[in-house]
Amino acid sequence: MSTVLKRTEVCAEDHPIAPFIRMDRMPHIWCPTCGIGTVVKCFATALDQSGVDLDKVAIVSGIGCTGRVAGYMKLDAFHTTHGRAIPFATGLKLGRPELIVSVFSGDGDLAGIGGNHFIHAARRNIDLLVILVNNFIYGMTGGQNAPTTPLTARSSTMPYGNFERPFNLPHLAASCGASYVARWTCLHIRRLTKSFVEAIHRKGFRFIEVIAPCSTLYARLNKLGTGFDLMRHYHDHAEIRHGADTRELEIGFQDTIVCGKFVDEERPTFLEMMHEHYRKTLGDRFVPMPPEGGWIHE
Amino acid sequence: MAAGCRFVAGYPITPSTEVVERIARRFPMMGGTFIQMEDELASMAAIIGASWTGTKSMTVTSGPGFSLMMENIGLAAMMETPCVVVNVQRGGPSTGLPTMTGQADMMQARWGSHGDYELIALSPQSPQEAFDLTIEAFNLSERFRVPVLFMMDECVGHMTEKVVIPPAERIEVVPRRLTAEPPGTFRPYRVNGKSIPDFARAGDGYRFHTTGLTHDEQGYPVMSEECQESCVRRLVEKIRHHVDEIVHVEEEGTDGADVVLVTYGITARVARMGLELARKRGVKVGVVRLIVVWPFPEKRIRELAGKVKAFVVPEINYGQMVLEVERCAAGRAATILVPHGGGGVHDPEDICGAILGALK
Repeated sequence: MSTVLKRTEVCAEDHPIAPFIRMDRMPHIWCPTCGIGTVVKCFATALDQSGVDLDKVAIVSGIGCTGRVAGYMKLDAFHTTHGRAIPFATGLKLGRPELIVSVFSGDGDLAGIGGNHFIHAARRNIDLLVILVNNFIYGMTGGQNAPTTPLTARSSTMPYGNFERPFNLPHLAASCGASYVARWTCLHIRRLTKSFVEAIHRKGFRFIEVIAPCSTLYARLNKLGTGFDLMRHYHDHAEIRHGADTRELEIGFQDTIVCGKFVDEERPTFLEMMHEHYRKTLGDRFVPMPPEGGWIHE
Repeated sequence: MAAGCRFVAGYPITPSTEVVERIARRFPMMGGTFIQMEDELASMAAIIGASWTGTKSMTVTSGPGFSLMMENIGLAAMMETPCVVVNVQRGGPSTGLPTMTGQADMMQARWGSHGDYELIALSPQSPQEAFDLTIEAFNLSERFRVPVLFMMDECVGHMTEKVVIPPAERIEVVPRRLTAEPPGTFRPYRVNGKSIPDFARAGDGYRFHTTGLTHDEQGYPVMSEECQESCVRRLVEKIRHHVDEIVHVEEEGTDGADVVLVTYGITARVARMGLELARKRGVKVGVVRLIVVWPFPEKRIRELAGKVKAFVVPEINYGQMVLEVERCAAGRAATILVPHGGGGVHDPEDICGAILGALK
């Protein structure tokens, strides 16, 4: 016979990632077997391992299931409008350059409605760590087609199967100039955590796509079983190929998911380019914004 | 710049582009950052983000870009983020008249983003006021933690006139009101009996949460009728309860006037000529010029409505601020619109004609 745990037991403060989580907001809104919680756990673990000053880490989310992540992390956290997490985060970074700014949102938010900001931020190589949880569908609104939905997969707005080609997101990010590009699934918790730690210490536009199960909508609409079955699919079909040609990373319906680190190159960031250019052209007249922001001190 | 703005994000749009071009030249030499974003949605989102670091921020646009900014203007209102949005108005709707004037975004300024909120909008009539009132706009946005909309028009935006810039020490600048509370007990939307909460900026260890969702004083989302009521009521009341401190009008000749012009922006200067013409014909006519347009100077217009025969409202649109005048007149004085479709300014004779017609 199953027992129902009391809320206080579920929210045990001695959980290893409790210091990174707003425990007063537990339980979270995610469905059982949703993959987002796993990604949050890996990110929190990575923050812990990275040794960065958490007071200087900000997290920005847009709208959607993954858009709720900012609301649960005990950092300076911003839950913004649909698609606009990246430009909001751009303002945070430029307004106070010493901040470590991360964006945590979903495929619909960052690649759908926010796609334009995604490519431009990658082009500028602005200092943002962008974590995109890809569950192949719009979860919060009830299972509509996403720009990542694999060909032939069903969604509530593609009831006869999807006929639009999905984005190959690592290729998109890499071709726009991102300095770090990786993809993992929710099953790769150690590799994902390691990738997060690595990316936290890199500069520029860092993009990590995490394939995550949505059993409530994606699995149900496609008769793929439970979240556990999706994880089993990752186990059987994920293939780690570091440095793979990003042109070959498109994900077909229930097909191979190529994972790994595809790009890890040191390229000058937006701020580095700007500072160097102004030093060169303006010389001593150049006054950069102080690391703590352009705030007028009394 | 004099107001302390050090972050500007913008997207090129006629007739506002000169502002960001000037900023792009000056900012690198004064510790400011300008970034040309990919669109106006991004520009508006970026200035909200920057403002949360305590860096004063602004964006500049015109009608089509203003429309794109609306959703995030609502976010700024909901998160109570000080920022300034300049709209150098051109003729609309849609692409309209990119290089020619208009005043047809006045109602959009007030009601453009969805949901209930209050904000502040100003309207300058000259380059001098463009300078002075931009400082007032930043100061008001800091005091009330609202987006302040700076509703210029193409004429004032492109006008060349003498501007006196006072020495820095004579410019009053309201700094960001940072909380004195330590991180442990701080709540981002706790007001302690005041109407506006103190601010914590990102990176100071507060680890606060803010959201566009309906939220409690901790900034946590609460989906309930009660929380919606307290959240929205405060957003509205923080302006409505301080209208007298915000309203800014300039009056001349309203005592004993039979007709009062209510006007703003470039039209105020044209209306002045219409007023002189009418005075020459013996009409007792005064003028109320709206410097702060939103909140509307409701109390003053109601007072005048009991004394004058008519209000005449010239504006470069087909009837926007006139609706507010009519509402406040409440039938006690006639309200006459002198419309203009845009692309130019009124003929002062038309305004004079409307004044004379009002007395018939």
